[in-house]
Amino acid sequence: MKQRLKIDRKLIPLLVTILLFIVGYIYGYSQYNGMRQPQAVFNIFIDNAFLLITSVGMTFVILTGGIDLSVGAVIALTTVASAHLLEKEGWSPALVLPLMLLMGTALGAVMGSIIHFFKVQPFIVTLAGMFIARGSCFFISLTGVTIGDPFYRQMALYQIPIPFFEKAFISINVVIALAVLVIGIYLAHFTPFGRTVYAIGGNEQSALLMGLPVARTKVLVYTLNGFCSALAGVVASIYLLSGHGLYASLVELDAIASVVIGGTLLEGGVGYVFGTLFGVLIAGLIQNLVMFNGKLLSWWTRIAIGALTLVFIGIQSVFVVTKRRRIAVEKRARSNNRKNAAPG
Amino acid sequence: MVESRLSWKRLRDNKVFWPVAVLALLLLFNAIFTPGFFRLEIKEGHLFGTLVDILNRGSIPALLAIGMTLVIATGGIDLSVGAVIAISACTATVLINPNLATGLPTAAEMVQDITYTPMWLLILVALVISALCGAWNGLLVSRGNIQPMVATLVLMVAGRGIAQLIVNGQIITVYYTPYYYIGNGFLLGVPFTLFIVLAVFLLAWLITRKTAIGLFLESVGINSRASFYSGIGERNIKLLAYTFCGFCAGIAGLIYSSNVRSADANNAGLMTELDAILAVVLGGTLMTGGRFSLLASIVGAWVIQTTTTTMYALGVPAMAAQALKGLVVLIVVLLYSQQARDGIGRLIEGAGALLAKKGVQS
Repeated sequence: MKQRLKIDRKLIPLLVTILLFIVGYIYGYSQYNGMRQPQAVFNIFIDNAFLLITSVGMTFVILTGGIDLSVGAVIALTTVASAHLLEKEGWSPALVLPLMLLMGTALGAVMGSIIHFFKVQPFIVTLAGMFIARGSCFFISLTGVTIGDPFYRQMALYQIPIPFFEKAFISINVVIALAVLVIGIYLAHFTPFGRTVYAIGGNEQSALLMGLPVARTKVLVYTLNGFCSALAGVVASIYLLSGHGLYASLVELDAIASVVIGGTLLEGGVGYVFGTLFGVLIAGLIQNLVMFNGKLLSWWTRIAIGALTLVFIGIQSVFVVTKRRRIAVEKRARSNNRKNAAPG
Repeated sequence: MVESRLSWKRLRDNKVFWPVAVLALLLLFNAIFTPGFFRLEIKEGHLFGTLVDILNRGSIPALLAIGMTLVIATGGIDLSVGAVIAISACTATVLINPNLATGLPTAAEMVQDITYTPMWLLILVALVISALCGAWNGLLVSRGNIQPMVATLVLMVAGRGIAQLIVNGQIITVYYTPYYYIGNGFLLGVPFTLFIVLAVFLLAWLITRKTAIGLFLESVGINSRASFYSGIGERNIKLLAYTFCGFCAGIAGLIYSSNVRSADANNAGLMTELDAILAVVLGGTLMTGGRFSLLASIVGAWVIQTTTTTMYALGVPAMAAQALKGLVVLIVVLLYSQQARDGIGRLIEGAGALLAKKGVQS
């Protein structure tokens, strides 16, 4: 009985998110004709594939209690660099794709190493990383570059039909994003690496004293996130078929908001990678609702996401407070027991 | 020998020393590589030159750095200052001529050189709204017990939306000439913004160094719970810090909108929160809170502005300059880390010992 209650409490934010998504979708379904097409749901996936990929990486970082503000800039750098190498230098995609992924991974590894070995706050290091990545875009190209590469075009235009739905399809990007999600869930919940991530988020000192590989895991988490943002950048350049240094601005905030709305505790240690999917879907749904409404201007999306983030942080802090209170009550009970036991 | 080592240690521990050293290095670099960097001219009774320009443009990061220093001293962070700048700029400009936001003004109505709200009132309203934004952050952090980064992230995301609501999605242009004075005017031959920075600095200095509040800020930053048990109203101290930070951002918003003579809710104060945080970090205030130095933060802001201006002087595109700025910041932050500092200290002491040995031998 007690065990079940415990699990329920951890799942509350995630359940609220899923419920909210369903309610939001039903509202949109009843109000707007355009939302009734099944394709509307698949479009949320297509439009937010890159956000999902980078959010999965961000989930790991936040689970360790860290933060990465550089993801949007790395995405932009990837789009610009791939567009430049493909179009201006005439490189083959077979060379560009691995190079881009390697670049993002290396950036993540460097930032992770600085964070861990120099004990600088993640916030500051990734902020500097964001500056460097965003600025480097403009060393490569001051203007946008269109991608005309046949392989990229084919990737962008290829439609995978959905069985049982007429005229519904997803793009290859969505398949990549869902694969990343599945791998993320596997890494977080079924490997020693994932358990160490949760342990570091819960209490880094304790994790260290338990003999867990804290240094390696922390650096790896940022490396993984660097890889994810580079992959998100590749997906974004396929989706947009161009590269520009101003792409994906503020995506780091969207990613953090998605992770939080997905029920991951910002203090680290608690959360589900699966929840992040619904965080991303809700952000996409809000975007769609504002778009279908037509009268509301785009800035309402930002206000709504901000407000929603606040609500979920509220839910989280209630969760944390009740947990602390429970621990305090247990402690008091234990010390009372000891006191009672002492005279006898 | 002992004495010289002592003075070096004292110098090294002084908070203002490091940012000043970095600034000196930057200026030295400019003296060699940027011709005409130090040239000062007097035109129409005003000082002109790159240095004056740096001081003038550096006023916005300097003001933000003052507010941010207090927040960071409590162990917090305020990511919303950029959004608050937008809110303040939009409020002030919309009060000057509400027609620009609401109706479709005629050409004559648009460009008229009058204000619909008295100048003092619109400044007051903009500053009060900014301070309220700061207080909202402070309430979330102190009463809501929400992580500062997250609490202010909410206003950072939603604040620009609010600013858009205020101006109804328009970019408001200012045609009221007295308003230009705030960001472009000169007093006694130097930019008026310098006096604003000086006034805010004095205010912050009086509050933190002539009352016990400064001590309370540091104690809250070092250990919030211990401060609470020692009878310090840590919640109100945090609330005060965030409110003051919002107030500083409000002034920065006024300067910004006056300087560019317009207010754009999307772009006003974009990325300035990063500049402000970096200025404080350069000033040697630890992100974890505790001891702080207002003066060092202001010097930090000037370092950032000098870096930016140097990039422009070297012909680096504005957006690309960010990369070098980031690199500079990364290097400085690494130099500030305990590991690197110990290494440098050992290196210098080692060199000193070596020199002393040589001196003895000869």
